[in-house]
Amino acid sequence: MFKSPSKNLVAWLQAGPMMLVFAAFFLLPLCFVVMVSFWDYNEYEMIPGFTTRGYYESFEGCVAQLPGLCTILKTYLETIKLCFLTWAFTLVIGFSVAYFLAFHIKSKSMQIGLSLLCTIPFWTSNVIRMIAWIPLLGRNGLVNSGLMHMGVIDKPLDWLLFSEFAVVLSLVHLFTFFMVVPIFNSLIRIDKRLIEAAYDAGATGWQTLWNVVIPLAKPGIVIGSIFVITIVMGDFITIGVMGGQQLAAAGKIIEVRLNALQFPAAAANAVILLVITFLIISALSKLVDIRKEL
Amino acid sequence: MSKKNVISRRSVLKGAAGLVGAAAGSGAITGFPYIMSQEAKVLRYLGTAVNEGDDISKKCFADTGIKIEYITATTDDVTKRVITQPNSFDVLDTEYFSLKKLVPSGNILGLNAKKIKEFDNITPVFTKGELPNGKKIGNQGTAPWKVLYLEGENSTKFSKTPTEHVTLIPTVYNADTLGIRPDLIKRPISSWSELLNPEFKGKASILNIPSIGIMDAAMVVEASGLHKYEDKGNMTKAEIDLTMKIMTEAKKSGQFRAFWKDFNESVNLMAAGETVIQSMWSPAVTKVRSMGIDCTFQPLKEGYRSWASGFCVSKGVSGKKLDIAYEFVNWYLSGFAGAYLNRQGYYSAVLSTAKANMSPDEWGYWMEGKAAVADIKAPDGTTLEKAGAKRDGGSYEDRMGSVACWNAVMDENDYMVRKWNEFIAA
Repeated sequence: MFKSPSKNLVAWLQAGPMMLVFAAFFLLPLCFVVMVSFWDYNEYEMIPGFTTRGYYESFEGCVAQLPGLCTILKTYLETIKLCFLTWAFTLVIGFSVAYFLAFHIKSKSMQIGLSLLCTIPFWTSNVIRMIAWIPLLGRNGLVNSGLMHMGVIDKPLDWLLFSEFAVVLSLVHLFTFFMVVPIFNSLIRIDKRLIEAAYDAGATGWQTLWNVVIPLAKPGIVIGSIFVITIVMGDFITIGVMGGQQLAAAGKIIEVRLNALQFPAAAANAVILLVITFLIISALSKLVDIRKEL
Repeated sequence: MSKKNVISRRSVLKGAAGLVGAAAGSGAITGFPYIMSQEAKVLRYLGTAVNEGDDISKKCFADTGIKIEYITATTDDVTKRVITQPNSFDVLDTEYFSLKKLVPSGNILGLNAKKIKEFDNITPVFTKGELPNGKKIGNQGTAPWKVLYLEGENSTKFSKTPTEHVTLIPTVYNADTLGIRPDLIKRPISSWSELLNPEFKGKASILNIPSIGIMDAAMVVEASGLHKYEDKGNMTKAEIDLTMKIMTEAKKSGQFRAFWKDFNESVNLMAAGETVIQSMWSPAVTKVRSMGIDCTFQPLKEGYRSWASGFCVSKGVSGKKLDIAYEFVNWYLSGFAGAYLNRQGYYSAVLSTAKANMSPDEWGYWMEGKAAVADIKAPDGTTLEKAGAKRDGGSYEDRMGSVACWNAVMDENDYMVRKWNEFIAA
């Protein structure tokens, strides 16, 4: 597959602007972050040089405290746990919504209309969508007073708010849509004749779903998963507000260090987070070759 | 995909490139008004929302013709901005405890006391660490008189003896304590140790700004008789470990409902009954009360944790701009702003000018601990207290005289921040 030189040049020129934007606003800052993560610092400034202090102190106590867990391991376990729960719920809910939109809604205009309906929550800001849960779930909130009124419980449930439950609930509420869109995109491209063929061959509904629909929806599932996982791994605002600032999050560590003006330590933590997120994403993309499937 | 589609996508790309160009062009155009505005008397004022009232900037413009452009940020972000973007503001309104970070950075310039008209009338709380009646106040932590003077005009070193070069011209200060919901607690509260009382399990909170939160934690630890600190504002590593261990145990047993980080969070926690006892700021208590909910800024026998703030300028400010800055600071201390701050429950650095701008009844309620004769109004006109009410904690002398420690940046700040992260993760 050889292209003529002129065609090649045109291709480069077309990719050029994106490449420049990518290099200037992503690669270059990332290089700075990695560079700064190896600098030293004091109370008020960064000191250029080379030290592993930022990393060394981040993993402080990880060997000494064995078999107990050190701060950073505890933090990442908590973050990954929240991430996994959010991913699992958004996947099940997102897939169901996308499946309904793709296979049960016949008219194209109705499909578009309902998809747009899914975006309504996005008309307000992230923070407002999150804070809206607080009067609902609080100790004297609607859910608690409703349940008490019905006589289901006799004293308010405290775990409804400022808990892992609240965090996962609001993350699922915030990010399910990021799962719906790519999965829906994969599902509508499935050739309907394949499903008819499965049906003719005697497959049950579940068998068709498991052996035909889900394998073909894999690219959408993986793309949606990448969206959700990368957002949740770096989140500290939702986990902070809904968790009552009492839950550890990888992003939270970075925020605390930034606020204390310890930029190199914050950069080191950012690099650690990046590496771990990258490992998760590359494991996911092992499952399916996204380039091939698109 | 058909060829036609590909081509149309490319034309979209070209269109997008055009848009980027247009955006860059318009960016250049916005440069002009900024340069012109240098001619007018404009000051970019960086600070927290606490002191940045619209009434103050309007009155300032009416009196002096100086237009104040507020740049509002949280306490941490103000410090961050001074360190990273010293040219993005002219006047800085910040707390004394952050000076330990800001002054060595060389990004701020102190002002000259001789050019401040009311400097000699500034309360001795700042200059000598004592009340106007001569009573000494607690000096643990970064007390303002420890960091008030610089060795020279452009010095980055604090002077132990008074000089004319002042780090921050004092403006406002207060004594903080725990806020409680007396209607839900139903008994008197008199000690910081109550914060960890199992009676309030799941209904307590402290603030999640490490340098301030650990001071409140230290007040609690000391009140519980678990440890006596040499200086709560400058703990040793062992003391930090001990303090965080006690707080971690409380956290694990579910003592805290949530930690709060900004004013509104603290108001919501208290107003919704999620918490009944927590660290709080004076205007937040006032806000809860103005919602018709019973809330007290409870004086405690171990005393208050105090804070103070003031003005300096960016290192980029000189010449005419510096003159405007002096004019502004002099106006600020001339009374209107001081009275405004006093009416919010804070204290003005120059008491005499503030007094001249308040009614005797207001002065009696806010400063002398007397029962209000008429209803007490907030600066915006809403009624804060009915006639007959008395201020929590009483008079200025009673409140400021009971200060136990000041907000601080510790020598072991780096270690403390790491321990704080460990506390959150526990």
